[in-house]
Amino acid sequence: MSQNPSSSGSANVGIESVLGLQTQSPLQRLFGAQSFWVTIALGLMCAVMSYLQPESFATSENFYNITRNFSFIGIMALGMTVVIATGGIDLSVGSIMGLTAVSCGLVLNAGYPWWAAVLVGLFAGFSAGLINGLIIAYVGLSPFVTTLGMLSIARSVAVVLSGNRMLYQFGPGGPTFKHFGGGAWRIAAGFELSFPLLFLVALTLLLAVIYKMTAWGRYVLAIGGNEQAALLTGVPVKLVKVQVYVVSGLAAAFAAILNVGWSGSAINALGSSYELLAISAAVIGGANLMGGEASAYGAFIGAALIFTIRNALLMQGVDSNWQGTFVGAFLIAAVYLGKIRGARRE
Amino acid sequence: MAVLELRSVSKYFGAIHALTEVDLKLEEGEVLGLMGDNGAGKSTLVRVIAGNYPPTHGEVLLGGEPVHFSKPAESRAKGIEVVYQDLALCNNLSAAANVFLGREIKRGFGPFRWLDHVAMARRAGELFTELKSETRPRDLVRQMSGGQRQAVAIARTRLSRARMVLMDEPTAAISVRQVAEVLDLIKRLRDSGMSILLISHRMPDVFAVCDRVAVLRRGTKVADKDIKQSSPEEVTGLITGAISAA
Repeated sequence: MSQNPSSSGSANVGIESVLGLQTQSPLQRLFGAQSFWVTIALGLMCAVMSYLQPESFATSENFYNITRNFSFIGIMALGMTVVIATGGIDLSVGSIMGLTAVSCGLVLNAGYPWWAAVLVGLFAGFSAGLINGLIIAYVGLSPFVTTLGMLSIARSVAVVLSGNRMLYQFGPGGPTFKHFGGGAWRIAAGFELSFPLLFLVALTLLLAVIYKMTAWGRYVLAIGGNEQAALLTGVPVKLVKVQVYVVSGLAAAFAAILNVGWSGSAINALGSSYELLAISAAVIGGANLMGGEASAYGAFIGAALIFTIRNALLMQGVDSNWQGTFVGAFLIAAVYLGKIRGARRE
Repeated sequence: MAVLELRSVSKYFGAIHALTEVDLKLEEGEVLGLMGDNGAGKSTLVRVIAGNYPPTHGEVLLGGEPVHFSKPAESRAKGIEVVYQDLALCNNLSAAANVFLGREIKRGFGPFRWLDHVAMARRAGELFTELKSETRPRDLVRQMSGGQRQAVAIARTRLSRARMVLMDEPTAAISVRQVAEVLDLIKRLRDSGMSILLISHRMPDVFAVCDRVAVLRRGTKVADKDIKQSSPEEVTGLITGAISAA
């Protein structure tokens, strides 16, 4: 910062005021967004793979599979961005999926209709998220520890409830329930979009509107930017904090409902280590773990990138055990990129 | 009628007496400088007035009526605006978003209410123009100079029909050139008829903009007089204790 002696009382003539006049143009904002570069990377990867493997990669069938597979993680990642935007983290989403899967399986197994299973499943996610949120906002424990505890609790409850069995006899509610996760929208002969993808797209749009157009979306980012400032300006910080963990829990539950519908069975191990994929998707898409920065599209594109990498590695004949290495390397690179961008901005 | 009056306000934290029977009056359209060394009780006084915590004893009166605040939002609803020392800004949001944080302009019908970005940017722009600051509503606070940040924090106080503004060390952490900018902002606020309580320990600032000066020492008010009848030397003496009272 320069400290030019100012000649007049109205001091807005120094070099820094002039520098401060630069408003970012839409183009600059686009180039500054991590999700933009991830989109480019994804496009390049698809182009290269289509060239290398035109017979297997660039097929409508493969497109259908990749997009369905990343939809489950994408939906979880949407909920995760909201938590990360406040500067928090939710490690319990994978276990919440397991709990939700078992809850749905038991309800269907007992012969109740599909909507009862959906409601009970969502309620399981809601409850776990509410407990997380209340402890974090009102007791004041750290999000990391609280949701780590819930990771253990929800999984253990899922195992107990399921009696450690796989649930697949779904009774009369089964067919409709399975349709949500397993169904598809036929656009043309041989080209279909899975229902999970359609849900993901709809939820991404919804969350984007919430971030951009609602006071709640702004409060979430404000809490992550400067929690004390949010508090002093009258933002209901504790309430919003509870709500973000509820949103995350509900997102995980919804992903589980679709996943159970798609696979046709409910296991208590569903979602093991998915919390890492959901966090990775959000962060690769540009969410800042320090809070204050997150976008719905970032979660979508981050999940898409992760699953395209996995798919590409498989197709290239790389041992699937290496997938974690690649995803992890991308995650670290994404955080590093974010750090560079942050340093340039300050 | 004083805009704000404290009647023998005391604040104890256990055995620590942060404030002891402080009387203070802020008149309409007046700029009152409140001075004191670190730990003299200035910040405690700000927080009592702003509603961060209630006084142990004594009364706070606004326009002659006793008030009891339990959080900052309540004092703001009664017309007390505060510019905090760290400005309470979110760096990741735009200037307009910061000005309207917690009281956004919304449009819509029924339960569906969305942010009116255009109206907020326009209003924020008007406020910056009033303050003769070249801050632009859509710029991120992260990219702003110290003076522009101050303008954002001060513009916030102009949103409602505030009766008074409390400013906690507005010039503590900014460059010399920007201090002039902020003092100009304070003068413009005063010229618009606002009553201002300026907490500072920068002598030149207080003597540049204040009508009256009050000095706190160890939680007790030791002086309260017209600034023209005082001098920086006297105030320094009062702050350090070299002069016991005036």
